[in-house]
Amino acid sequence: MQEAGRIIRVNGPLILARNVPRARIGDVVHLGNEKLIGEIVRIKEDIVAIQCYEDTSGLKPREPVINTNEPLVAELGPGLLGQIFDGLEFSEIKLHEVYGPFIKRGVKIEKLDRKKKWEFVPKVKVGDEVTSGDVLGIVQETPLIEHRILVPIPLETYKPIEGKIKEIYEGKFNITETIAVIETKEGKTLNISMLQKWPVRIPRPYKARLKLEEPLITGQRVIDTFFPIAKGGTAAIPGGFGTGKTVTLQQLAKWSDADIIIYIGCGERGNEMADVIDKFPKLRDPRTGRLLIERSVFIANVSNLPVYARESSIYLGVTIGEYFRDQGYSVAIMADSTSRWAEALRDISGRLEEIPAERGFPAYLAERIAEFYERAGRVVTYGKDNRVGSLTIMGAVSPPGGDFSEPVTSITLRFVETLWALDKELAFKRHFPAIDWLMSLSKYHAALRKYWERIDPDFAALREKAISLLEEASKIEQIARIVGEKSLPEDQRLVLLASEIIREGFLVQNAFHPVDTFCPPEKQARMLRAIMEFYNLTYPLVEKGVPVEMIRGLKVSFTVPGRESEEELSLIMLLERMKEWSDVGKIDELRVKMKEAIRKLAEEYGL
Amino acid sequence: MDKAGIVYKTVSEIRGPLLVVEGVRGAKYNELVEVRLPDGREMIGSVLDTHEDKAIVQVFGRTEGLELNASVRLTGEVVKIPLSNDLIGRVFSGSFEPLDNLPPPVGDEEREVFFSVINPAAREPPSEFIQTGISVIDGMNSLVRGQKLPFFSEAGLPHNVIAAQVARQATIPGKEEDFAIVFVAMGIKHEEFAYFRKEFEETGALNRAVMILNLAEDPVIERIIAPRIGLTIAEYLAFEHDMHILVILTDMTNYAEALRSISVAREEVPARKGYPGYLYTDLATIYERAGKVKGKKGSVTLMPILTMPGGDMTHPVPDLTGYITEGQLILDRELNARGIYPPINPLPSLSRLMKDGIGVEKVGDEIIVKTREDHPDVANQLYMAYAEGVKARGLARIIGEIGLSERERLYLKFADKFERKFINQGVYENRSIEQTLEIAWELLAELPEEDLIRIKESNIRKYHPKYRSKQSLS
Repeated sequence: MQEAGRIIRVNGPLILARNVPRARIGDVVHLGNEKLIGEIVRIKEDIVAIQCYEDTSGLKPREPVINTNEPLVAELGPGLLGQIFDGLEFSEIKLHEVYGPFIKRGVKIEKLDRKKKWEFVPKVKVGDEVTSGDVLGIVQETPLIEHRILVPIPLETYKPIEGKIKEIYEGKFNITETIAVIETKEGKTLNISMLQKWPVRIPRPYKARLKLEEPLITGQRVIDTFFPIAKGGTAAIPGGFGTGKTVTLQQLAKWSDADIIIYIGCGERGNEMADVIDKFPKLRDPRTGRLLIERSVFIANVSNLPVYARESSIYLGVTIGEYFRDQGYSVAIMADSTSRWAEALRDISGRLEEIPAERGFPAYLAERIAEFYERAGRVVTYGKDNRVGSLTIMGAVSPPGGDFSEPVTSITLRFVETLWALDKELAFKRHFPAIDWLMSLSKYHAALRKYWERIDPDFAALREKAISLLEEASKIEQIARIVGEKSLPEDQRLVLLASEIIREGFLVQNAFHPVDTFCPPEKQARMLRAIMEFYNLTYPLVEKGVPVEMIRGLKVSFTVPGRESEEELSLIMLLERMKEWSDVGKIDELRVKMKEAIRKLAEEYGL
Repeated sequence: MDKAGIVYKTVSEIRGPLLVVEGVRGAKYNELVEVRLPDGREMIGSVLDTHEDKAIVQVFGRTEGLELNASVRLTGEVVKIPLSNDLIGRVFSGSFEPLDNLPPPVGDEEREVFFSVINPAAREPPSEFIQTGISVIDGMNSLVRGQKLPFFSEAGLPHNVIAAQVARQATIPGKEEDFAIVFVAMGIKHEEFAYFRKEFEETGALNRAVMILNLAEDPVIERIIAPRIGLTIAEYLAFEHDMHILVILTDMTNYAEALRSISVAREEVPARKGYPGYLYTDLATIYERAGKVKGKKGSVTLMPILTMPGGDMTHPVPDLTGYITEGQLILDRELNARGIYPPINPLPSLSRLMKDGIGVEKVGDEIIVKTREDHPDVANQLYMAYAEGVKARGLARIIGEIGLSERERLYLKFADKFERKFINQGVYENRSIEQTLEIAWELLAELPEEDLIRIKESNIRKYHPKYRSKQSLS
């Protein structure tokens, strides 16, 4: 019989056990007769504390605890893309097929499919010198993504190896069959299959970190233009409920120009996750025209699944992300929501009777959050060809009561470079994405300057001017709230009008509008220019006594895309509607007409 | 009658609703326990924490009269209930004792009450519009089948009247289908229950309903299990008998307080306002049981009601609920005071699944008509215009209406009319979605056309009263 420890206490998802053989922190154990999966988190003399990743109903003291002597690992290889995993990397699609629509405890399936055969095309020959990270060969996993099989880093040492290819195969293999044999410098022979493993809690190593210089284009104007994120960067998106965190993250998952998207639903709503899973297979990437599902991995650990699996789902997602980064891809991770993971940490800490820091959260919360975001970056990977890969992390935060001073939000803000703060007031007005332009920030403006200068040399200046107009407008609005807009001086009323156009015409973006849902960078720059030109051209008029009402009433004759003939239309309305036009040329046409109309107005006033 | 299982008479401590039972060899976590008092009273409980030689049991009964001399029988089973479609029309207590003088139910099968999770990959995203006949819900915060949409209310507001109206009127336009109501009362007053009972009786809904009752005077801890019993029945009827189930849970604040009292008795470290750190997770195990499943016809739609202590939306119960549910309908004291019924304030209210249930959707070449193509735009525009109007109203309070600009005055007028004509309606008035949209257009037509920027041009041309009258003339 296998040597086993014994359960001595079951306190919800926390298990205490005695005499677990060779117990180490992080070892995965099997609990009880149903072999529930757990992980050792504390050791005190002969007693260990285990966090269980499954529902523990029915588990009782004296049942056996078997130590697998292995840490929690992610299985990596062909078969990841398009999958929906739970927090332990079991395919929920497979579980549904085999066990029906409800989750059962204690059921075990293989993590990655062992039966499916993949066409393996070698990239090395017998006798080639290889090191860890070199591409052994490729599998065209989806039409969009070539899965590169790398020389692994052995788990025993976590150190890269060097060696010579002794055998290499070509053809159809499943992920456990040997595709190459390497003889290491030390004379050891290694059989390599496409299935590789990596412990989820240990960051995968790389050669060097690089400076961030390329934006992650999301097609969302308020993000790309005002609060951009760089490939390899980090962002947090905090907001109370109903402010649109999930819709915003889903938009990012859909339209970000990363090669690989990993979407982690951590402790969130089942129906929303189902919606993502349902929509993605139908959506196409605007750049490649391919289905988005071909580059995506989902981890769906919903809120009513066992709490501790939230932790494993976060680490699993990052590990899969690093694996694709190491193949030389740009990877973007969306985690919704990191607060639920923090609550799982609080739960276990409470059950272990640790002394809590703020609001019941453990003192080590900050370390864990920092470690998570630190796994983002742009790196030179192992391997002779010095591939460059990046991992971008975007995490939603759900502050209780919308209070940004609570521990998870305030800690997260210390470790991210971009903040998209969601605002309840904006959400009430159905201003979406409800990203508050006064509170949000990005530290990547300087790094991304070059990119935008290629599109519009004045871009940075226009953006800064727009932001300062918005800031000024919010101050003026405070005054207007007391004295009424009517009593304001004309130049201030123009600022309010311009900021209204920026808000309605630029910042508000309809995720469900076929054109507006994704706005290419070129169009963003053109729209910003048109709006700022409006302000720059009308300001001198107002200074010289033209009333703002006259400017608000400006008409131009214009053919709106989709209509046959020219019509007399309100200029303001057209500026607020140009986001719905797919033809960027129309924006330039409007700019010409706008200049004309403003010039005429000036003439009427003898200017 | 002899029952299986071991009986212990070794209770060493009673702490609120918790019993510490010594000398227990290997009680299962969540195991069903029967407690018998010397006076003959019986109640059930479940194991909350189990050690090698003792177990902590929460009892779902009245704690007065509990004594150390109680006998505790471990049944060896986790908490399960028998299920069949004969449950429809029955009334049970919070711990599943019949309250209708009928014998205890016999089931076709038994299911666990505590752990039930729909595999996310097996979920069918909800997309069928439910017409409640209430404009502010249908027009601006539409409910769809499989959604969980709570009422956030305050003491003294008519949440029960609205919930009963929804239960009475909810239909899918153009469809006749098998439906039932599962009604779970947690700590509500007799009077409130009597209201629901009368409403259900008068409309014949009573024999399409399963009631789980735990009234204000009933044992507090029963509230932990009552909603789970109701939801287990709902899941069974929906996914085994293809029925559409509307579950009304009232009042979730009382539920959370019961959970808190157990947490306090266990001396756990509290998170906020004495509530345990696992309140979010615990609420999720209730709310997340709403949904639809691929390949099954039925659905579970959830309408929890909760009263916000002191009207505070940041209180842990409404706050965490809002993070789990797919939106919220917020009742507003001010609207109520102005005599508007239902006093649902659309601005902070939200239905997250609305977009999938309304308008028309193109799937390939097929066009699926859910409500009407202009519905999403109209809803957005109403939000924007009403928000403007409310802003103007605030301003008028400071500087007087006279100080408002032309535009602000227009929007103020809009807001007043909107409340009186669109939100306000009769308790027995059942408006079709077309009627709701017509009222909306009448109101929007009073705003300048270039202000209707949230509405697509094509929809303005087609539905704006101005163009429609022209079309009918030509």
